[in-house]
Amino acid sequence: MIWLTWRQFRGSAVMTAAVLAILTVVLALTGPDLASQYAAGIADCTPDNTCDQFFDRFFDGNQLPFLAVSLVVLALPALVGLFWGAPLITRELEAGTHLLVWNQSVTRGRWLAVKLGLTGLAAIAAACVCGLAVTWWSDPLDKSAFPDLAQMAPPVFGARGIVPMGYAAFAFVLGVAVGMLVRRTLPAMALTLAAFAAIQIAMPMLVRPHLMPPVTSTFEIGNVNGRGIHVQGQGGGPVYLSLRAAVPGNAGAWVLSSDLLDPSGRTIAGTGEEAPVPVSVTSGPCAPQEAGPHGLDACWAEINRLGYRQQATYQPLDRFWPFQWIETGIYALLTLGLTWLSFWWVRRRLS
Amino acid sequence: MTSVLQAQALGKRYGKRWALSDCTIDIPAGHVVGLVGPNGAGKTTLLKLAGGQLQPTTGGITVLGERPGSTPAQLARVGFVAQDTPLYAALTVAEHLRLGARLNPRWDAALARERITQLGLDLAHRAGKLSGGQRAQLALTLGLAKRPELLITDEPVASLDPLARRDFLQGLTEAVITHELSVVLSSHLVSDLEKVSDYLIVLVDSRVRMAGKVDRLLATHHRLTGPRRDPDRLPTDQHVVFASHTDRQSTFVVRTEAPIHDPAWTVSRLSLEDLVLAYMEKPAENRRAAVEVQR
Repeated sequence: MIWLTWRQFRGSAVMTAAVLAILTVVLALTGPDLASQYAAGIADCTPDNTCDQFFDRFFDGNQLPFLAVSLVVLALPALVGLFWGAPLITRELEAGTHLLVWNQSVTRGRWLAVKLGLTGLAAIAAACVCGLAVTWWSDPLDKSAFPDLAQMAPPVFGARGIVPMGYAAFAFVLGVAVGMLVRRTLPAMALTLAAFAAIQIAMPMLVRPHLMPPVTSTFEIGNVNGRGIHVQGQGGGPVYLSLRAAVPGNAGAWVLSSDLLDPSGRTIAGTGEEAPVPVSVTSGPCAPQEAGPHGLDACWAEINRLGYRQQATYQPLDRFWPFQWIETGIYALLTLGLTWLSFWWVRRRLS
Repeated sequence: MTSVLQAQALGKRYGKRWALSDCTIDIPAGHVVGLVGPNGAGKTTLLKLAGGQLQPTTGGITVLGERPGSTPAQLARVGFVAQDTPLYAALTVAEHLRLGARLNPRWDAALARERITQLGLDLAHRAGKLSGGQRAQLALTLGLAKRPELLITDEPVASLDPLARRDFLQGLTEAVITHELSVVLSSHLVSDLEKVSDYLIVLVDSRVRMAGKVDRLLATHHRLTGPRRDPDRLPTDQHVVFASHTDRQSTFVVRTEAPIHDPAWTVSRLSLEDLVLAYMEKPAENRRAAVEVQR
C-alpha cells in the first residue's frame, strides 16, 4: 500500500520538493547578507539614536521579498489542501479505481490510513521546511517591520514559526474530507479553498485575540504611536490628532485597539479615528516652523503635557511562541477531528 | 451443499430509493453462477454488497461464511472485477502486477505473468492506453492472480466488442477449470452467460425469480402450444411460468419433473434465453406461483 501511495504521489511530491529546494537555497544564499546588513545598520544607528529611521529604510528596501516569502508560506497550506487533499479520494472515485484497490487484500481503513499518513506527513514536512526557512530568513526584517506587518499581527504571524505545519495538516485533511463528501474533484477543490479561507480569516478575527487575555495600557503619545496632526478646513479650523496602531516599546506587538483619551480619561477617538486637540499650528510647539531634526517631538510633548494619552489593547511580542503552540494545537485538534470523520465515512458511508 | 454467498432479507437504500430490498439468496459453491436480470434489478448493488464495497441498510450477507470486506483475510479470498474494469490510467501493466503483488498475500506472480504473455500485453504500456478488451483482461488477471476462492465480476463484458467479449469469457472459463474457483458473473445478456455459466439466477425487482443448474433448468422447462385452455386446468405438477393466449390458442411455459403426455399440446424445448425471458415477464394475472426451482 505504501508503494502504491508513493507511486501515485511521487510526481507532485518531487515537484513540490524541487520548488521548496529552490526557495530554501535562495533564502540560504540571501539570508546571511540580510542579517549582516541589519547588524551593520544597528551598529551605525545606536550611537546617535536614529534606529527608527534605519528600520524604516531597511524594511522599505526589502519589503517586496518580505511580502513574497510570507505569501508563499501563507499559500502553501491552501495549495496542499487543494492539490493534495481534495483529489486524494475524488480522483479514485471518479476513475472507479477505489473499487480496484478495495478488492485487493487491504481493508479500506488501512488504505485510507496509508494515503492520509504518507501524504499528510509530506504536507507537514513541506510546511515545516518552508515555514522555518522563511522565519529564519526574515528575522532581521521582522525586527524592523512597520507596525501593520508586526510579527504578532495576523498576516505575518501565520507565515512564521510552526503554525504553517498546523495549517497544512488541517488544510490537507479538510480537502480529503470534503472530497469524500462531495465526490467530485473540482467542486471539492473549490469548497476546500472556500472553507479553508473562511477559517483562516475567522481565526485571527475571532479566536486568536482571545488565546490569552490581551494587555491594556496607557501610553504617552510620540513618534511611534502618533500618526500626526492636521488642520481641518481652510486656515484657523480645529487641529485634529490621529494615532497609529502601534505601542511604544513593544515593537512587533499586535495592537487590537488604539484609542485616544482626553485629559479626563474619556475616549475621544477609537482605532483609526481622529479627534480635535486644543493646540495651535500657527505658533507654539506644533507650528511647522518649530519642527526640528526630531520632527514633531516638541508637539508630542505639548500634547502629552495637556494630558492626552493613548490607550492600547495589544498582544505583546513575547507571546509569539505561546501563541504559535496554542494555535498549532488547535489546528492539530481540528485535523484529528476531520481525520476521525474521514475514517468513519470511509468505513460506513463511502462506496 | 456449501454456499459462497448467502443473503437474508438484504436491503440497500440510497436516500429514499431502495436499490435492493428484501433479497434472500443462496449461491452454491463450485459453479460459474450467472446472475441475470433487467437493468435496475439490483444486480450491481447485490455484488457490491458481496464485495464489501457497500454496507447493507437492512438484513445480512455473508460471503464464504464471513462478512464481506471485514478483514484482509476475507478480502484475500474474494476476487472482484468491477463494472467497466477500472484501472489506474497512469500506471503501466507491470505496475499493476506489482500493485497486485504488494497488496495480496496469496499473489500468484507466475500466473499473472503467464496470462499477460498469453494476452500479448506490453508490460511497459500504460493502462490508460490499452483497449477496452485489454483493460478487461488485465483487470481479470489481477482478480485471478490473487488466487481467490470466489471471483465476482459485475458486467465485465458489457462495454466490450464481440471479439473481446468472447476472449474474456474464454479466459474466465479456462481459469475456472485450472484453478477450481467459484465465479459469480452478472450480465443482462443471457447469451454471454450461456457460454460460461452452469448455474443461473434470475433477479427481478430484488427478488430471486429463478435459480438452478442450467442443464436441469433446460430439462424441466417446456413450451406448450395448443388449443386455448385455462391455466388452472393444467395438471397440478405443471407450474406455469408464463402464459399467453390468443382467441383460439394458448402458449404456456411450464416447469415440471414429469413427462408431458397430453396429446393436445405441441411440446418444444426452450433456449436459455427464452427461459430467462419467460421468468423476467411481469407475473401473469392467473398464473400459479412458480418462483424458485428447488435444487
